Amino acid sequence: MKWTLRRRKQRNAELRQEIQAHLLLAEREGIESGQTEKEARHSARREFGNVAIAEEVTRDMWGWRWAADFLQDLRYAIRSFRQYPGFVAVALLALALGTGATTLMFSLVSGVLLKPLPYPQPDRLVAVNGHTEGWNAKIYGEQKLAYLDFLDCQRDSHSLDMAALVYNSGTLSAPGDPQYVDYFEISPELFSVLRVPLALGRAFLPEEDKIGAAPVAILGYSFWQRRFDASAKVLGSSIVLEQKRYTIVGVAPAGLRLYGNEPEVYTPLGQDPAGYLHSRAAQPVHVVGRLRPGARVEQAQAEVALTGSRLAAAFADTNKGRSLQVKRLRPPVDDVVGSTLWLLLGAVGLVLSIACANVASLMLARAISRERELAMRVALGASRGRLVRQCLTESALLSLVGGILGVLLANGGLHPFLAFWPGDLPRAEEVQLDWRVLLFAIAVSLLTSVFFGLAPAWRAPVREVEQILRVGARTVTAGARRLHSAFVVSEMALAIVLLVAAGMLGRTLLHASSLDPGLDIRNLLVMRVGLSPATLADPAKIPAAWEDVIARAKRVPGVESATAVDIVPMREGNNQLGYWTSADVPPQNRQPVVLASSATPEYLKVMGMPLLEGRFFDDHDRMRSEPVIVVDDVLAKSAFPGQDALGKNLWIPDMPCVQATQTFVECSTPYKIVGVVGHVRYWGLAGDDQAQVRAQLYYPFAQVAPPFLTRWSQLMSIAVRTSVPPLTVVWPLRRALRGAAGDQVLYQVHTMEQLAHDSLALERFLLLLFGIFAALALLLACIGIYGVLAYLTGRRVPEIGLRMAIGASPSDVTRLVLRQSLGMIFLGLGIGTAAAVAAGRILERLVEGMQPIALSTFMIMIPFLVLAAMLASLVPARRASRVDPMNALRQE
Amino acid sequence: MSQRKGRYQNRTEILQGTLDMLILQTLQWAPRHGYALSKAIRTNSGEILKVDTGSLYPALHRLERKGWIAAEWKASELGPRLRVYHLTKAGKRQLMSERSRWRRLTAAIAGILDPAQKENAP
Repeated sequence: MKWTLRRRKQRNAELRQEIQAHLLLAEREGIESGQTEKEARHSARREFGNVAIAEEVTRDMWGWRWAADFLQDLRYAIRSFRQYPGFVAVALLALALGTGATTLMFSLVSGVLLKPLPYPQPDRLVAVNGHTEGWNAKIYGEQKLAYLDFLDCQRDSHSLDMAALVYNSGTLSAPGDPQYVDYFEISPELFSVLRVPLALGRAFLPEEDKIGAAPVAILGYSFWQRRFDASAKVLGSSIVLEQKRYTIVGVAPAGLRLYGNEPEVYTPLGQDPAGYLHSRAAQPVHVVGRLRPGARVEQAQAEVALTGSRLAAAFADTNKGRSLQVKRLRPPVDDVVGSTLWLLLGAVGLVLSIACANVASLMLARAISRERELAMRVALGASRGRLVRQCLTESALLSLVGGILGVLLANGGLHPFLAFWPGDLPRAEEVQLDWRVLLFAIAVSLLTSVFFGLAPAWRAPVREVEQILRVGARTVTAGARRLHSAFVVSEMALAIVLLVAAGMLGRTLLHASSLDPGLDIRNLLVMRVGLSPATLADPAKIPAAWEDVIARAKRVPGVESATAVDIVPMREGNNQLGYWTSADVPPQNRQPVVLASSATPEYLKVMGMPLLEGRFFDDHDRMRSEPVIVVDDVLAKSAFPGQDALGKNLWIPDMPCVQATQTFVECSTPYKIVGVVGHVRYWGLAGDDQAQVRAQLYYPFAQVAPPFLTRWSQLMSIAVRTSVPPLTVVWPLRRALRGAAGDQVLYQVHTMEQLAHDSLALERFLLLLFGIFAALALLLACIGIYGVLAYLTGRRVPEIGLRMAIGASPSDVTRLVLRQSLGMIFLGLGIGTAAAVAAGRILERLVEGMQPIALSTFMIMIPFLVLAAMLASLVPARRASRVDPMNALRQE
Repeated sequence: MSQRKGRYQNRTEILQGTLDMLILQTLQWAPRHGYALSKAIRTNSGEILKVDTGSLYPALHRLERKGWIAAEWKASELGPRLRVYHLTKAGKRQLMSERSRWRRLTAAIAGILDPAQKENAP
């Protein structure tokens, strides 16, 4: 711009020089032919014509005219805004709030949902998944690969560089206090496939990826900073993880998160002799691949599929019916987060629309009051296009400044907002104001400027020029009034949508908090226990170890009773199993599914759940006795409709079967139902009613077969019922349960009250935001109504004066104005109610546990809105009623 | 402002096609500055065609923008620096096509004005 300006100035000077030279030459010639100097100058001038016009027309040929006009428009816009600081302040505030909230929300959507993975050339990364006939991907997610299958794939592929990763967790007992950590077992290629350099040290070597090789480990970046103070001396020192001493050879790059979390430690996958890694029957391995240069996805897909079918033929007993697939690697973001973000973006979009309608009606009011001025400019020769451009320049200036303020607002609000998000927002570290967001903000503010700038611009020049100049701009035409009303009506309608949404959320929360969770949440503490690694290594010791843990916990003062259990209601982690009511079990995707949880006999008492029929299991249900289960009333009704479930059998292929001598064998033993208990809201207070899998069953931990005990024990929790506030027993419990070696740790400690409270966190969060949005919408709508009415009544002052002069009372006038506003308010209500019903449906679909839209919500919200709107119109109405008839008439 | 502009545009439009051609033709022999150009057109047409200077400079700048002529500042013995225009290669091509168009046009007009001549032609 600056460059163009300088160029333009220079060319102007040159043009002047050129023309002056022309005149000078003409003058000289005149003198030579005998004219006096004065005569010659005059005739040269005469002959040339109007120098200024010649200059201007020539300048037009340069094609820069728009720039000069734009500058002029801009100067004019700034000058005219200075005359109305109140108008500009309100408009900027509305725009800043609207674009700010939208930009903030969009930066979340952009960072969490739209941004590619944070590795070089992310579009070349793929995931390799398995797919077995009958696999229920809806419940179990994508099927992963067996380690041996991965090795075959890796060897056979020409188009992919592949790496494997297995998620694991265990006790890190040295250096320092024992701690339960997440670790990834990885193949040596992981870092090179992702193309991320290590922060320190080196990656694993191929020769370290074998059973029996020297144990080496890589630390996660955050863990290294936290536990080792980011010291470079950590290389070569050692850690003890699951009783094995590893030498640290490297530190992973900062912020490396695969599958959602950053692990504390990485170990070589090939060193792990665990049975499940060396059987093709288990598929624990995540596989990521990078397309080699020149290779295409289809090629990789064909190769991997071929390997898959070869494996299915060669290992029929484990791989039958399993195919392998290549898919693009996607960021791990679940559907709830996605739909919540889009929902919020939609809501702030509504707020933005209200802000726009608000500014549009303000601009329109201003345009109409400037009608005389604009008409004057038309009379002086301004073209219609020129005036449209002037109006658009003004609105663009306004919206750009508003947009910049909005971006600043979004920038300031981003971190508080992220901190406020309920639970963990996946990829929160990716959220920032980047170029996409800025582009979005600019696009939004330009769109708004077109939206609210066009209305006044179209109107401005169409009026009959002479008429305006003659009559003056004292009356408001029907068309202008309709346009004004349209803005007020749409603002009201949008405000209702947000108010009703907030009302629905409020009702849902109220409803959900009054629900019976199915257990007694007071004075109940749950926590995971990491048994001593030495115990876990020897399944024979495990049952006694758990008995010891329970007994020690019970001895802690304040603890009334204690139980061990593998899955805890309303907490993450669950075990979903298919079942059948006869021995003739169909393929997995046709089996109904149940939440299965194993526990010790005190479970029912500790949780405070009601026993409806039969008995809960007790100390007599041992390994050698008949396999028993207890079901909840939901399962009893769905599996045996119209019958008594007690005494019936269930076949559950994936149970840790009593007679099993090894893992991954289908369990064909029937389980006998010995009792029916009440349903527990496992999926949270609000979410449980709509959950896919609601049926529950319980089986004795004592009947978990030895080969499963290690795995089961890694996941076990204990629950204790206390007679004192539950958090006061946490430290005594930690001390009491440390074990003989001092390496048993408690982690993920929660009170059940906290879990129940957190299960409504999303709903509470949405309610708060929608409450804020609705309040904002209401405020903006009220400002809009006030502005429009103040403007419209202001224009009617002479008319009102006349009415009062012929006998109207002040209250008649107030009524006149209020009637006008009531018309707009009720039209807005009508449209808004219809829109709110539609929006309510969307909300119901996107938020779990949402109560359907209720009449009572409207009954509360509508009077509230009408009252606010009436208050906003009262001020101009009162002002109108105080009009002095004599003054008003004299004004004319 | 816009009305004034409109009036002048109309006046240049009448001359536009021919003025452009005359300028290109005149520059074919030697580079010239604006004043010399207008004088040359007047002299070469036997004082019949008088170039309106209000159209000359816009035309020169338009042709320059189209790339048919180019300009440079030259010092002159007369005193002021002069902006001297010369024909470019593209301008020469343009002149050729304008000339043939002009010939067709005048032939066509002549045919209408004087039909007998055409019939008598061999």
